[in-house]
Amino acid sequence: MLHHLIKQAAGDVAVPAEPVTASRRSFLKGAGAVGGGLVIGAMLPKAAFAAETKGPTIIGPADPRPQAFLRIAPDNTVTVLVKHLDKGQGIMTGLTTIVAEELDADWQQMRGAFAPADSTLYANHFFGIQGTGGSTAVANSWDELRMAGAAARAMLVATASARWNVPVSEITVEKGVVRHAKSNRTANFGALAEDAAKLPVPQKVALKDPKDYKLIGDPSLHRLDYVSKTNGTAIFAMDIRRPGQVTAVLARSPRFGGTVKSVDSAAAKQVPGVIDVLTLPVGVAVVAKNTWAAIKGREALKVEWDDAKAETRGTEEILADYRKLAEKQGNVAANKGDAAKALAGAAKVVEAEFVFPYLAHAPMEPLNATVELKPEGGCTIYAGSQFQGVEQKVAAAILGCKPEQVAIDTVWAGGSFGRRATPNADYIAEAVMIAKAYGKAPVHLVWTREDDIQGGRYRPLFLHKIKAGVDAQGKLVAWQQRIVGQSFMAGTPFEPVMIKNGVDETSVEGASDMAYAVPNLAVDLHTPVSPVTTLWWRSVGHTHTAYAKEVMIDELAAAAGKDPVAFRTELLKDSPRLLGVLKLAAEKADWSKPLPKGRARGVAVHESFDTFVAHVAEVSVNDKGQVKVERVVCAVDCGQAVNPNIIEAQISGGTGWGIGHALRDEITMTGGVVDQANFDTYQPLRNSEMPPVEVHILPSTVRPTGVGEPGVPTAAPAVANAVFAATGKRLHQLPFTKSGMV
Amino acid sequence: MIRLNINGQDRDVDVPPDMPLLWVLRDELNMTGTKFGCGIAQCGACTVHVDGVATRACQTPAESAVGTKITTIEGISGKAAEAIQAAWQKLDVVQCGYCQSGQIMSAVALLTDNHNPSDSDIDAAMDGNVCRCATYPRIRAAIKDAAKAMGA
Repeated sequence: MLHHLIKQAAGDVAVPAEPVTASRRSFLKGAGAVGGGLVIGAMLPKAAFAAETKGPTIIGPADPRPQAFLRIAPDNTVTVLVKHLDKGQGIMTGLTTIVAEELDADWQQMRGAFAPADSTLYANHFFGIQGTGGSTAVANSWDELRMAGAAARAMLVATASARWNVPVSEITVEKGVVRHAKSNRTANFGALAEDAAKLPVPQKVALKDPKDYKLIGDPSLHRLDYVSKTNGTAIFAMDIRRPGQVTAVLARSPRFGGTVKSVDSAAAKQVPGVIDVLTLPVGVAVVAKNTWAAIKGREALKVEWDDAKAETRGTEEILADYRKLAEKQGNVAANKGDAAKALAGAAKVVEAEFVFPYLAHAPMEPLNATVELKPEGGCTIYAGSQFQGVEQKVAAAILGCKPEQVAIDTVWAGGSFGRRATPNADYIAEAVMIAKAYGKAPVHLVWTREDDIQGGRYRPLFLHKIKAGVDAQGKLVAWQQRIVGQSFMAGTPFEPVMIKNGVDETSVEGASDMAYAVPNLAVDLHTPVSPVTTLWWRSVGHTHTAYAKEVMIDELAAAAGKDPVAFRTELLKDSPRLLGVLKLAAEKADWSKPLPKGRARGVAVHESFDTFVAHVAEVSVNDKGQVKVERVVCAVDCGQAVNPNIIEAQISGGTGWGIGHALRDEITMTGGVVDQANFDTYQPLRNSEMPPVEVHILPSTVRPTGVGEPGVPTAAPAVANAVFAATGKRLHQLPFTKSGMV
Repeated sequence: MIRLNINGQDRDVDVPPDMPLLWVLRDELNMTGTKFGCGIAQCGACTVHVDGVATRACQTPAESAVGTKITTIEGISGKAAEAIQAAWQKLDVVQCGYCQSGQIMSAVALLTDNHNPSDSDIDAAMDGNVCRCATYPRIRAAIKDAAKAMGA
């Protein structure tokens, strides 16, 4: 839901209404609205190709604002400009595959490069600005990149046709070779590129029939980053080294909302390597020759904080306040039929309270960015930038320049899980403020792991209270759900669109749009406020709504005396794609076959980000009551599978993410101070704990949708339901350790 | 001045003796393949070999590494290293890739000592290396694949 709504917020951004047609007219019109014609090359900002082959390039028409997606160099390489951040989800490879397919390129000649920051060219059509998130990247680029590839192919063919004086219809293109069979002539793309660039961009191109796809759907394609990330040469923001750069770490208030009262920097300045100490609105920055000196300098810093506006409650107190709130009706998120009345008449009623803790994203690469001020005003930001459109505006506001004076060199990001995209560009803003205040050299701001774990922007703490009932025949008749949790949209530019009638869509997605057929549904929401900063976290609202829904539906199946798969199947009659993944996962997991004693299965199914996923988890329980996840089977329907190899990796990784956090992770606070600090106390899933995960992809030619997040929501509830089947114990409070699971 | 032998070369660095090897490599020598992940030896992103033993560089003071032979991701070679990197590439293990230098350094150390690791050997050698993308199943499969290739 998130991305659809943000798209509305953007308002002025057009996407072709009819996505796939033989005519390119609508596409070019659509592209025009975001500022571009087609394609490629000479007019692109140089930075995008700094590491690429030099030389004239193809297809750079005299369009003042080329929609620059690919370039073909004389050395026969094809470089796709990727406007989305690759933070491991493989989008550099995915988008390059889409172009290569329509171009009929050879995979070996394909390259990828991150596009420069320019929302007029590279806006995410769902957001209206350049940015990555909500599992939107493939869905967003599917049309424009197929058309870019097809247009470039047509221009290469036209060039060959003219050069050889043969009809276009007699020319074929296969694996990067343009061929006229009759006269036995061939040319590669590089040889045609320069002349092709002089042609006008065709107004009509035919797109391939999915049955003719050669690269899309090929599981043997390697990722573009598979070598550089196995020999240490891939460059992340942490690895940026600008001439003369200094390193900064920032001392931030230990309590959210606290501000600097006084600073004693004398001892810090004595630390060898420390250059300067700067007091800023966001904290106290220690600038040093290297990271170690900066960290030691910060340790020597004495800062007194003003907690007047800070959060001083612990998480226990916050939860108690949420429970009080939950006694009252909240803002209505869904209301169908009469749930209260139907519950009163139900044969069996099940009630449960679910608690979901604050969670940190903790990507492997801690947040960091390098900011280099330009003498003429503005700056260059080197970062694993996820929200270029926001970051340009925020940096410009700090520096007093125009957003277009803020260049962003996007590099590989060492994970994100939502953390690198913030509506106020938090860590980028810090880096720009420090660079501005220091002024003498490029500044690399580094967050330590402690800064990351204690630095907020958490998945919000949520409380759900659900009451649901079945009739005498075991049919679901009523569902009443109250949700309490902070909004991370409130107070951001997204608020007017994302929050309607007091309901933040991201707090209720997956609940208010209940997939199971229930005639009486009531969902309401309380949105308490706290200085604790929160944020979307891999799969956003679905992280908690899917869990509550899928555990609850399992309890209702038990109450109705029905098999969990059969019960769900009855309730999903009108949801063919959910039904499709449920059926496939159940089949592949041998759902109907009995298991030996001490083993049990659980199931969960959910839609998120227009992708449909079902998980079946198999657990064992030993004499001590210890639970082990033995096997996980997963089915996914994400439409046309672009890169099955990457889809498998994302769904498997999402499964590990979902289960790993459910096992034991939580961010707690005492007196407003976060109790966890690093991976010793916020313990990530480790190799020996990762269950084998089988991923089955439903064959489909429906428009593709994302896979970065949808593997997460059903993983943990499938395990929880398996634990119930094995032990009779329901896991209502997360992490599982809080529900008495060892 | 501290003299360290890194990837077969003597390097003189002017750093405080307690500066962790991680920051010597990254900030002084611009060898950025070794990654900073946690700083407390809990994630393994900074794994290097010290005299052939997988070691967390973030908890290795520079002075304690004097007189040892240090190998980083930039300098690994030999049968185990080649087999591991080839298997990583064959199976497309990486996602974000940030932890993978460390994963590979741990895996190479494992295979150098043990040509046919069992699952529990892999657990013991690899549990110190965190991957937030959870590429673990492919890491395990790649180690087995590499072991097989080495035996062949």
